[in-house]
Amino acid sequence: MISTKNVVKVGIAQLDIVKSPDTIRTSGLGSCVGVVLYDETKKIAGLVHVMLPDSSLGKTSTMNLAKFADTGIEALIERLKLEGIQPYRLKAKIAGGAQMFQFTTDKDTMRIGPRNVEAVKAELKKCGIPLVAEDTGGNSGRTIEFNPETCLLNIRTVNQGVCDI
Amino acid sequence: MKITSLHLDILKEIGNIGAAHAATSLSSLLGRKIDMRVPNVNMVNFTEMMELAGGSETVVVGIYLRIEGNVEGSMFFILPIEQANRFIKRLIQDEEFDFTNSSVSEIGLSAMQELGNILSGSYLSALSDFTGLKLYPTVPGLAVDMFGAIISIGLIEISQVSDQVIVINTSIFEDEVGNCEEVQGHFILLPDPESFESIFKALGVA
Repeated sequence: MISTKNVVKVGIAQLDIVKSPDTIRTSGLGSCVGVVLYDETKKIAGLVHVMLPDSSLGKTSTMNLAKFADTGIEALIERLKLEGIQPYRLKAKIAGGAQMFQFTTDKDTMRIGPRNVEAVKAELKKCGIPLVAEDTGGNSGRTIEFNPETCLLNIRTVNQGVCDI
Repeated sequence: MKITSLHLDILKEIGNIGAAHAATSLSSLLGRKIDMRVPNVNMVNFTEMMELAGGSETVVVGIYLRIEGNVEGSMFFILPIEQANRFIKRLIQDEEFDFTNSSVSEIGLSAMQELGNILSGSYLSALSDFTGLKLYPTVPGLAVDMFGAIISIGLIEISQVSDQVIVINTSIFEDEVGNCEEVQGHFILLPDPESFESIFKALGVA
């Protein structure tokens, strides 16, 4: 049998899961944060592309859970549970949260990258998921791809090339 | 509020007037003929937004500024690398200039920033004259990076109230280079959701 590897693509404010040998990827992360939760033994991983730090910022009644750090990570854990994953087995790798433009304004939206990173870390801590590796901050956009087989997160930037964490 | 086709036509006209003035400024700066396309006004979701201008991973030169005042929102001027290189080479008279160069020249970056400043200024002052609304743009920021990483900053305000965005997108291109996607520059105006009412009211169609 020929096994073909697929790349599961996750858009902005979306989440999805992947099983080895497939990989999961999200592109063009700026101030957004890509959060990968994975189970090393089962070789299953999930990715959520978070835009905003806190669901209390949402002003609509119908909410897209994947948009926020708190609800996005919760929703991803629930989704992984459906695959038979025990939450205590999960580990996390995160990337993103850059500040793409430098402005001299104290408006909160301009600091959204660092705030997203802080919120993601707080939520991971709350859920008891260890953060194994991160590539956050700076002022470069990132495209990330996670391979549940190797548990490596591949990060590509325009100015600093490619690395694995 | 409900957005009707009349509203969309008005937003198109805003894109038209703004970009026409900006294109005229660009043309007189460069001494070249600049053409523009009919503006696109669409209600799109975030994923579609990220795929404008060649896709979220395409490396572009992006100018971004926030608008404050009677209308609030974000404005972008996006240029494909090649086209930005052509403009800046001509502006600073340096055939070697290249945005992809690791030690890109300060003068070129500064010229690009100024170009963004002038063009967005023309766009917004035309818009302000047309509507009678007061607009206060911030000093534009410059980034050479993936389109998705740049444009997503404009979605932050909007994402707090909606999962969709109304985008006013007008493309310009150099006459002699031709009209294909690879060389088009984009003026992208993203009014914050609460600002549409002010725009329509100012033009008597609330």
